[in-house]
Amino acid sequence: MITKEATEAAPAPARVAPAPPGPSKRRPAWDEVPRWQIYLPLSVYLVFTLIPFYWILLFALRPAGSTSLVPWPMTFDHFEKVWTDRSFGTFFQNSVLVGVATLVMTTLVALAGGYALARFDFRIKRGFMLALLCSQFVPGALLLVPLFEIFAELRMINSLGSVIIAETVFQLPLSMILISNFIKNVPYSLEEAAWVDGCNRMRAFRVVVLPLLRPGLIAVGSFAFVHSWNHFLFALMFLNNQEKQTIPVGLNTLMSADSVDLGALAAGGIIAAVPVVIVFAFIQKWLITGFSAGAVKG
Amino acid sequence: MAQAAAVAKPPAPPRRRRASATPRRLPYLLIAPAALLMLGFIAYPVVSVFYYSLQDYNPTKPWRNGYAGFDNFVRIFTDDPVFWDTLVFSAKWVFVEVGLQLLFGLALALIVNQTFVGRALGRALVFSPWAVSGVLTSAIWVLLYNSQTGITRYLADMGIGDYGTSWLSDTSTVFPAAIVADLWRGVPFFAILILADLQSVSKDLYEAAEVDGASRIKQFWHITLPHLKDAIILSTLLRAVWEFNNVDLLYTLTGGGPAGETTTLPLYIANTSVDAHDFGYASALTTVAFVILLFCSMVYLRLSKFGGDNK
Repeated sequence: MITKEATEAAPAPARVAPAPPGPSKRRPAWDEVPRWQIYLPLSVYLVFTLIPFYWILLFALRPAGSTSLVPWPMTFDHFEKVWTDRSFGTFFQNSVLVGVATLVMTTLVALAGGYALARFDFRIKRGFMLALLCSQFVPGALLLVPLFEIFAELRMINSLGSVIIAETVFQLPLSMILISNFIKNVPYSLEEAAWVDGCNRMRAFRVVVLPLLRPGLIAVGSFAFVHSWNHFLFALMFLNNQEKQTIPVGLNTLMSADSVDLGALAAGGIIAAVPVVIVFAFIQKWLITGFSAGAVKG
Repeated sequence: MAQAAAVAKPPAPPRRRRASATPRRLPYLLIAPAALLMLGFIAYPVVSVFYYSLQDYNPTKPWRNGYAGFDNFVRIFTDDPVFWDTLVFSAKWVFVEVGLQLLFGLALALIVNQTFVGRALGRALVFSPWAVSGVLTSAIWVLLYNSQTGITRYLADMGIGDYGTSWLSDTSTVFPAAIVADLWRGVPFFAILILADLQSVSKDLYEAAEVDGASRIKQFWHITLPHLKDAIILSTLLRAVWEFNNVDLLYTLTGGGPAGETTTLPLYIANTSVDAHDFGYASALTTVAFVILLFCSMVYLRLSKFGGDNK
């Protein structure tokens, strides 16, 4: 009963993206845009988008002092130098730790809260929702001083924990709103059917709801990871010890040196980008669906 | 069993809670972790900012610390030209960035929403700078704007701009240079959100319009744009708040310079607290920024009639 209903419901999210019309079907008239009107502006924009990527690749791979416009002869000296001499190896570890911890904490806490918001009416619900929305207007950058004092009080300055907590807290409101919207899209009757079959609430949630939330959770989790991976200010403020710093802080240090080592900066930038590119490639197919299900439509 | 009890009682609403056989405390338990984190690390800091805004508080000059009344606010509005400069620059920055990002994002979304060969790749490439951080964006554009080896040197070869000075250190070029760098990263945000919303427009509407002989431009104005309205309002608002608050890019790209030319209000606040340790004054500035942000957001939502006619 549960499993039948669950499998019946499962294909529903997939239907969000309609299958492209087969080649045999006549194209609807509104779709007949002249090809050049697509390819010309797209190519112009892609030149603008891709040149910066090419440029950083070029600087990272060509030897220092070279002015060649192709990265040949290719060298990995800059990477070696940045990874060991400029401690990007350590920064990388720290960033991974912060990113994964933020992902796990944000997803778990937001899942619990999102479930409560989606499935219950309780007295402070409206107030809580309002607080979530208002918190979107509170700039983390402007709370640096009081946050610093709190973490100093907790003796967490120079510990990655401070950054993890700060990143999680500022990810939470939006993540929770998104997840509660995803949960609302799962029919309540599915859960109720599971209770009738003898599941308790926790088990019904795990067996029936959780599998259907996968695209949404992947989107939310990836945002949390990418955001904390990229974010710079908290780490800059709360981690003074070089051993504890993260990749963006390391990049900033490279940039603010008196004479910038461009090759090292480029290599460091690529090291900073790799995990994000991997995550991005991985979530691409869920991204649009996840957004349309939760982000904009209430 | 619980179901049967619920059926016996005519009014429906209590059924939900009863069927679950869970304590009424459950929702509170579920939101507790989130609520506690937000109370401790958002609400409490906000309150303390309000508190400090009425204090003289500078850890490097402890002898002057103490209650200051509204002195900090008086100083902001009557005796601080930097505040007004940064406020004007913030407005300019947010307005230009959000406007251009929306324009390009909308155009790109409309393009990659068409069916064409290479669409998947086109989308992936168009969206790719979305996930690039502010600091990495700065790093990339520092390389591009470098006066000796950057792309600007090659532009100078072609007669655009001059040799010698980096675009980032010249007061006449730093604004467009920073705008372009942030656009590069910001446009995909709008393109993704608008594309997501475009996919939910009913195709029947277009077919009906087609039957009625409406041109594609007419269809855009009368079908597509009204459909996108709420998404556009919400995303521009979120983006404006984000562009106002975000200091990563300008902090690392220009450091607010040259000559304070690109200092936004939040950047000024960060400098006041981090470099000058003038926490009391920085808190007062934060309070003012917060009120301005809230006020502008409310006016914007009211004027744009968010959620107005298509619900």
